[in-house]
Amino acid sequence: MPPLLEMQNIEKTFPGVKALQGVTLTVGKGEVHALLGENGAGKSTLMKILAGAQVKDGGVIRIDGKEVDIKGPLHARDLGVAIIYQELSIISHLSVAENIFLGRLPRLFGMPWLVDWKCCYQRSSELLAQVGLDVDPRTPASRLKVADRQMVEIAKAVCENAKIVVMDEPTTSLTQREVETLFKTARLLQSRGVSIIYVSHRLAEVKEICDRATVLRDGMKIGTVEVAETTSKDWVKMMVGRDLDQLFPKAPVKRGKEALRVDNINSRKLKNVSFCAYEGEILGIAGLVGSGRSTLARTLFGAQHGASGTVEIGGIKAAIGTPHDAIEQGVALVPEDRKIQGLVLSMTVRENITLANLRGVSRAGQLNLRSEAKVADYYVGALRIVTPHTDQKAVNLSGGNQQKVVLAKWLYSDAKILIIDEPTRGIDVGAKVEIYGLLQQLVEQGKTIIMISSELPELIGMSDRIIVMHEGRVAGELSRDQFSEEAIMSYASAVTH
Amino acid sequence: MNPNGARKSEAATERLTAPLGLTYMLGKFTEHMVPAVFLIALIIGLSLISPNFLSVGNFLDIARVASIIGIMAVGMTIVILTGGIDLSVGSTFALAGAVTASFIPGSFSDAPLVLGLDLPVPLAILVGLIVGTMIGFVNGFIIAKSRVEPFIVTLATMAFVRGLTYLFSGGFPTIFRPMPPEFEWVGQGNVLGLPTPTIFFALVIAIGVWITRRTTFGRSVYAIGGNEEASRLSGIKVQWVKIQAYSLMGVLAALSGIVLSSRVAAAQPTAGLTYELDVIAGVVIGGTSLLGGRGSIVSTVLGVFILGVISNGFNIVGLPTYYQYVTKGLLLIFAVGLDAHLRKTQRH
Repeated sequence: MPPLLEMQNIEKTFPGVKALQGVTLTVGKGEVHALLGENGAGKSTLMKILAGAQVKDGGVIRIDGKEVDIKGPLHARDLGVAIIYQELSIISHLSVAENIFLGRLPRLFGMPWLVDWKCCYQRSSELLAQVGLDVDPRTPASRLKVADRQMVEIAKAVCENAKIVVMDEPTTSLTQREVETLFKTARLLQSRGVSIIYVSHRLAEVKEICDRATVLRDGMKIGTVEVAETTSKDWVKMMVGRDLDQLFPKAPVKRGKEALRVDNINSRKLKNVSFCAYEGEILGIAGLVGSGRSTLARTLFGAQHGASGTVEIGGIKAAIGTPHDAIEQGVALVPEDRKIQGLVLSMTVRENITLANLRGVSRAGQLNLRSEAKVADYYVGALRIVTPHTDQKAVNLSGGNQQKVVLAKWLYSDAKILIIDEPTRGIDVGAKVEIYGLLQQLVEQGKTIIMISSELPELIGMSDRIIVMHEGRVAGELSRDQFSEEAIMSYASAVTH
Repeated sequence: MNPNGARKSEAATERLTAPLGLTYMLGKFTEHMVPAVFLIALIIGLSLISPNFLSVGNFLDIARVASIIGIMAVGMTIVILTGGIDLSVGSTFALAGAVTASFIPGSFSDAPLVLGLDLPVPLAILVGLIVGTMIGFVNGFIIAKSRVEPFIVTLATMAFVRGLTYLFSGGFPTIFRPMPPEFEWVGQGNVLGLPTPTIFFALVIAIGVWITRRTTFGRSVYAIGGNEEASRLSGIKVQWVKIQAYSLMGVLAALSGIVLSSRVAAAQPTAGLTYELDVIAGVVIGGTSLLGGRGSIVSTVLGVFILGVISNGFNIVGLPTYYQYVTKGLLLIFAVGLDAHLRKTQRH
């Protein structure tokens, strides 16, 4: 019997980037198959091709042994492929039942425009019972928690008789208990012959629920393994391409004076946040999505207002009302979203690098273009930014190089305290190592780095201390000898000790 | 990490940038190619149809008329580059012209509000320019501090300032009996054979190019238009830059209005009506994007001349005025469409 799904030699290229090269994936009926890889490995692209949201440039897809040419998302759904995106496709203004039957509301007497609501709500209730979600189908989706919305999406997939359900990073915003409910539903689907492709980079979950796993790295398939037979070392080797200790160039640095002291920051989202950071230290900030990490960063940087509390920099009370103030006082923020917050894509590499310190390349308001060119050249060389020349528009660089341009900008601003929000999001392994090396160099020079990250290995590998946030407050602090994924996650989910 | 303290590393000696001049010039060249080629084609076409078109006298005429719109268009370019727009320029044009005229010795008006006070010509001009700056400042301040769209804010000031102009002038034109020669020179004089309005335009262009290419203010303008949030997060004082941009627009609108009132020897309260359309059309047709962050003074100059050549050329050739409107409208649609297309292809 042929496997349910075969994706063979899939190729996909975006301008400047080879997202997928000859990737092959096979999934059997009723199998829970993990798709693993770092950010930027190609997992999302591959699944988007399967779901009809992207068109492949090469390769063959077979469902139930028959070759298919997936023309679009509707076609994919007709073929039995349902995808649950990380951002979810629930429409908040509509009710649960309307979301489940989106585009396919049962008709009254078969007539167009007339809806058989009784049938709709009844069938919705049945489906919700099947996935274990106890809500009235008439409830507006906006009233549901993220985890419950996810269940609605699964109910929708079941309703459409999906043969393959793709879950893209489903547990990012879930608590431990919600994750368990999700797993229960997954096993239920599995028992009914539905295959699940579980896209994630969280090994612990993969080990618990998946049968086999395919690992991608830098757009290529590294291997397919039986989950039960693979060791932790094997996983890391496949996903990262090198041994774990090589990935994080961490060397102990003598801790200096107190660089930053934050006392009782209170705002709509933050509650009594207090901590301090020292020269020569990398302070990691962990927490689930929505726990207030980025809000804290933006508040400290003056990008977000409405907070009370005190901040001391180098022992002196600081008043930071705008990003301009922050930069004057030596604080930098490398933001979470480099395209929307970090770069002016329409400007060149050179212009982006000097943007936070125009004073450095100008005199009395007049720019010295020659100095600027030298500064840009310097950083392109020092950070090994791949670009044909510094007059290249930033939009044309790859993700990793764009991130390096953002870093270069903040390095040139000569900040003493760098807050970095997700330093290596969407960046390939090679560039990651370079960025970690850069962070290490910075703390060796006595700078202070506050690193917000959702990647636990990154936090554990590079931080000296980690504070964990949960729902706006500091839930816990760990020193290097206490680091572990379990410890961090338990603080992040506020599981009482 | 500091470039100034670093020894020359291998990477730095490697020529990562083409000599500063070449790529820069090349890039600017391709950017301006479309409007430039179009302008040349227009000129050639019109010259072939009518020999009257191709003469020094006619070109000076075109330049003189284009200068009035052009001076404002330089200011508008900077405002549009920040992602904003200013619909009130026609009104500022009129108010500044009326205010300056009222202070010029020899001016006369039936209006009760126009003071008999006379100032030396340069001072009268300065007062008009200050009025323009103030209007621009108010525009910029409201736009920067509130979240209201520039379109709406300047639509409101357009009406408000026009109202002020009518109030101030009582609806009457201000004429000169006689016009002092210093003021006459402003709109009707000649410098080295070129009409003074054109000289002013040339100066404004030069300053505009310098501002946009060589100052931190100009860099900030492009940055804000390209990505306002990223600019703010990079420490750019977004509000202050916007206020400056609109203030500059105000002063240039005032200058243009004053030059015109000298040229036509009268300050009409209806002066400048609908001029904002020609100014904005000139900027957009030249290639500056209404979304901000892309464009240049040079492209605006090309756009202004394209419009000027169309107005003048079509008249000479004998086409009814309606064809001008249709052509300008089509050009606008084409320019905006081209910009939208370029944005889509350049941003994967």
